[in-house]
Amino acid sequence: MAGVWEFLHMGGYAAYVWPAYGLTALVMLALLVASVRGLRVRRRELARLEGARGGRRARREMDAEEVDTTA
Amino acid sequence: MVDAATAHDAAAEPAATEAPAGPGLWTGFRAMLGRDLRLAVRQRGEAARVVMFFVLTATLFPFGLGPEPNLLARIAPGVVWVTALLSVLLSLDRLFLTDYEDGSLELMVQTPVPLSVLVLAKTAAHWLTTGLPLCVAAPVIALMYAMPAEAYPVLLAAMALGTPSLSLIGSVGAALTVGARRGGILVPLLVLPLYIPILIFGVAAVDAALAGLPVRPHLLLLGAMLLAALPLAPWAAAGAVRQAVD
Amino acid sequence: MSSETATDTHTRPAGGRRSLHRFANPGRFQRLADAVIPWTGALTVVCLAAGLVMALWLSPADYQQGESVRIMYVHVPAAWLSLFVYTTIAVASAVALVWRHPLADLAARAASPVGAAFTFLALVTGSLWGKPMWGTWWVWDARLTSVLVLFFLYLGHMAIANAFEDTGRGRRAAAILALVGFVNVPIIKFSVDWWNTLHQPASVSRVGTPAIDASMLWPLLVMALGFTLFFVTLLLVRMKSDLMGARLRNLRLMQVQRGEGG
Repeated sequence: MAGVWEFLHMGGYAAYVWPAYGLTALVMLALLVASVRGLRVRRRELARLEGARGGRRARREMDAEEVDTTA
Repeated sequence: MVDAATAHDAAAEPAATEAPAGPGLWTGFRAMLGRDLRLAVRQRGEAARVVMFFVLTATLFPFGLGPEPNLLARIAPGVVWVTALLSVLLSLDRLFLTDYEDGSLELMVQTPVPLSVLVLAKTAAHWLTTGLPLCVAAPVIALMYAMPAEAYPVLLAAMALGTPSLSLIGSVGAALTVGARRGGILVPLLVLPLYIPILIFGVAAVDAALAGLPVRPHLLLLGAMLLAALPLAPWAAAGAVRQAVD
Repeated sequence: MSSETATDTHTRPAGGRRSLHRFANPGRFQRLADAVIPWTGALTVVCLAAGLVMALWLSPADYQQGESVRIMYVHVPAAWLSLFVYTTIAVASAVALVWRHPLADLAARAASPVGAAFTFLALVTGSLWGKPMWGTWWVWDARLTSVLVLFFLYLGHMAIANAFEDTGRGRRAAAILALVGFVNVPIIKFSVDWWNTLHQPASVSRVGTPAIDASMLWPLLVMALGFTLFFVTLLLVRMKSDLMGARLRNLRLMQVQRGEGG
């Protein structure tokens, strides 16, 4: 138990070390969640739209189409 | 007489039948520079407005910090440079905006004169109506801040070397944002980080003069930055202008 | 039915226009990303887990800084990543401008918020590291100040990419800005370093990494690797997402053109 407390106490610097690690973890997690969520939303929407147009044809289209990502 | 006339015609003809190579670089540059300067003169107030902002802002600091002369003398180089920077920043908007709005920018892209030459000319005109007046006004502010006399020549030299770079780098920011929504807010965000080296060495030159330390290294660095910006900035700005017009 | 099976080769675009490289072949990238992401993701978790164990447990406290030196194991990798991501953006922007490869544009735009986030982390963890040492939350030391300027460069890049309704122009403008900024980073770093030595009294120490001993170097490297893999994974995810977004826009446009409902 004393070991755990010492660990958490971080030699008196706990107020600095843990927020630093905590914030880092928080920001990285937030980035991950936001990015994955965006992916899921778009994938769902895409499936919906393509489902309405016919799946296999849509897949072939997706490979062949000129998706100009600069536009 | 007839011989001279026909000889003249004969000389003129090859030039006329050659494919029009377009005006030379220097002619194009001069024409653009002259046009912008004439426009600036017609609009009158521009240089005056820039100087007014400069003087007004510099005047604010004593109100905020107190009139104690030693303090003011110490912060004088920094204040002069920062307020000069901000003044140039404010004036960058108009560099391309009016031309963009009335379609002249599209014409400029299409002329045979290289776009970067035209952009350089416009930037030169901008400096003549912004940076140069600031160089003239700066000693006045320095006077009000009781900056010691030995630093004035260096202040002028540093500003003469630094303010053109401010116009050049600023032209890139102005070109990138012309026609953007809320572009005016964007330009400072883009341009100020790039101004920092000029600010640092501009102030360092004056501080060095005040401390009796060698001034040349700082002026040389400012000069080097200017020499680097002269070819690079118009080229980048021209690229940005093309994006704006396409 | 060659056209039905030709999903893996470059099918010629309708109209036989010039080379496909002008346009993203989204299917191909999506499949590539789908294959790679699980691996980079797994490696990320492994590295970060190992790194955390090393950073928080196994590595020793510093003689001078005590346990607060452990902040270094997040601060330095975050700062390293902020530079690495900016370099990635600059390279991608150069590729986008010179070769017009649309995936390059996409990569630069997707990477920017991630880089900005790590820059922000570098600043905050730097403050947290510095406060017990210097007694203030912020010092204008060379490294922190340079990172601050880098943060502004990121914000500018993100702002200009989003400032135009015609997003094509925004991305190309952002590419130019990224390159201009990248060229300036060493100049800014040099200027700020110089400025700092001029103004800082010698007694104020920088947020110095202590003389790196192996027991401290390894956690640092592992954490740095973990962060980098995290960035790569995230970048691929975001690029997938952006490509889907582009396709969505395309589909919706086609719908409108055909007069279909939404």
